Amino acid sequence: MDPGADRALSERPPPARPQIGGVRDTFAPWEDPAARPLVRFEGVSKAFAGAPAVRGVDVSIYEREFFALLGPSGCGKTTLMRMLAGFETPDAGRILLEGRDIAADPPHRRPVHMMFQAYALFPHLSVARNIAFGLRRQGLPRREIAARVEEMLALMKLEGLGGRRPDQLSGGQQQRVALARAIAPRPRILLLDEPMAALDKKLRDETQFELMTLQQSLGMTFMIVTHDQDEAMVVADRIAVMREGEIVQVGRPGEVYEAPADRYVAGFIGDVNLFEGRVAHSEGGRVRLAGPDGTFEADGAGPVGETAWIGVRPEKVAVHTEPPPPGPNVLAGRVHDYGYLGDWTTYLVEIAPGRLVRVARANTTRTVERPLGCGDAVWLTFAPSSAVVLTR
Amino acid sequence: MRRDRSGLAAILPFLWLALFFAFPFLLVAKLSLSDTALAMPPYAPRIDWSQGLAGLKAFFAALDGETYARLTRDRLYLDAYLSSLRIAATGTGLLLLIGYPIAYGISRCPPAMRQALVMAVILPFWTSFLIRIYAWIAILKPAGLLNAALGALGLPPVDILNTETAVLLGLVYAYLPFMVLPLYAVLEKQDESLIEAAQDLGATPLSAFWRVTFPLSIPGAAAGALLCFIPMAGEFVIPDLLGGSETLMLGRVIWTEFFANRDWPAASAVAIVLLATLVVPILLFERQQAKVLRG
Repeated sequence: MDPGADRALSERPPPARPQIGGVRDTFAPWEDPAARPLVRFEGVSKAFAGAPAVRGVDVSIYEREFFALLGPSGCGKTTLMRMLAGFETPDAGRILLEGRDIAADPPHRRPVHMMFQAYALFPHLSVARNIAFGLRRQGLPRREIAARVEEMLALMKLEGLGGRRPDQLSGGQQQRVALARAIAPRPRILLLDEPMAALDKKLRDETQFELMTLQQSLGMTFMIVTHDQDEAMVVADRIAVMREGEIVQVGRPGEVYEAPADRYVAGFIGDVNLFEGRVAHSEGGRVRLAGPDGTFEADGAGPVGETAWIGVRPEKVAVHTEPPPPGPNVLAGRVHDYGYLGDWTTYLVEIAPGRLVRVARANTTRTVERPLGCGDAVWLTFAPSSAVVLTR
Repeated sequence: MRRDRSGLAAILPFLWLALFFAFPFLLVAKLSLSDTALAMPPYAPRIDWSQGLAGLKAFFAALDGETYARLTRDRLYLDAYLSSLRIAATGTGLLLLIGYPIAYGISRCPPAMRQALVMAVILPFWTSFLIRIYAWIAILKPAGLLNAALGALGLPPVDILNTETAVLLGLVYAYLPFMVLPLYAVLEKQDESLIEAAQDLGATPLSAFWRVTFPLSIPGAAAGALLCFIPMAGEFVIPDLLGGSETLMLGRVIWTEFFANRDWPAASAVAIVLLATLVVPILLFERQQAKVLRG
């Protein structure tokens, strides 16, 4: 064990505020009270045979936004999307497109196009005719349709494949045809229903970035439905996390990850270690919690005397082989097991019988020998600013 | 015992076909090249095995195409042939018109109801085909159920028994399941999201049907059409029971030649001509099926 590396880890300065965004940082129409949303769901509910699928959803999507609906299967995200496309009718509430209630519009009159999960390419039509389908329904002149199809084929790197049938294409090509078909008629908003579910991991990773670039270059509004949190984190400007028909939290990927609204969001997006306790002290944006695992401090506020949880991400926990000075946010334990992932190694540290804490360390050097082995005594610490307090 | 037996399994269908199709077919073909004779059985030549090879040679020398030449000389055969094809084609057209909406309707029903409706389509098979066709006589005869119903409505009676209309009615009635089932099979397994995709891209429900549902159901329509056309062209019972003397169909011609005229060679020749005509649609059907199986 190199003590220098250990010091570097433990002394890593805690980020002043959650690191968010990058180049997309400046795009935030939802923070502008004067901005008019492109799509607005107002108290939208839907039940199937008495079982609620979507419950009182209120959310706005803005022009040029890449919006993700994230949640496990059966959380109502697909139903919400299908209501916007017009395939389901809300039982209650309104859906506004550019300020107009679109309840009465059948699917074929909505300027909303969808890329279906299994692509739903027309098997009897060539790639070019698939892409032209929406354009022909708009009654565009033949020459313009041909030009637009060529443009789409080029944009999607499908040159020369216009005459093929969908079943003569690879999965990735089919996916691009489906995308081209949906964007060719230039919808006001493009809906993507689990667009990458059928692709293998490597292709999926590439496609995520391509999709992002495409959305930015077209300046189109995208709404994606996915159960894959990585996918949502990569592509979306904002993520709406759904559970049992309700939106639990809406925010930028960084906000949702670093400041989850509750334990559900914290656990659904990424891994989290939770420490339960009673709020002993809450002042000046800092909370102290006392629980069976020890005393903890985290940024935030909580009702004194009530039960709350401290949540800390595995990568924000520092590992020491020497005992640190006593204080809050210190846990002693033994390495129970570890998983080597190449870029990361995840350690499971047993802090009490059966109580495992997950710690992730980036493998920044090519050391094949692991600095820690099973059974090693370790101490875990984390900065109060690296942890969140969750009251739900 | 680790011998591979898949070879045997592959031979079985060929054996079956050889025994029950190729061999009888060759017998009929041979018969069609023979001449009638006042004998038992009523045709000549027959192989004289006692003469050995010479007998076999004499037998082949005596075979000729005289019967076929006779078929071309008598207008009756050509008329019956054309009218068979016409009636079968009309029947197939009617079956498509009636069967498609039925199959489409069933495929749009909730799954539990679909099963019940498919069952209802097959249900007539539980009663003897002959009885069902006889029942049509009771319905269509001048003092039958149809005219009673028309009379009750104050409409003039119709006399359609023993006409081609009655034959078509019987054909459509009897073959409807053979049209509905293959159509239903393709419509039912059609991906609902294709229709949604079409509507999503701006197609009205009607346009989505014409541009997606209908073209994708053509294999089923083709299978149903061939499945009905082929046996209808050779149908005997329905034209015999419901048709009049002017309804000429090859099935009846074969029957008459065989049983009434005891002209086995002519009956065989007509059967061979019918088969030769139907080989084209049968091959089309086979190709269609192979395509469906592959894809």
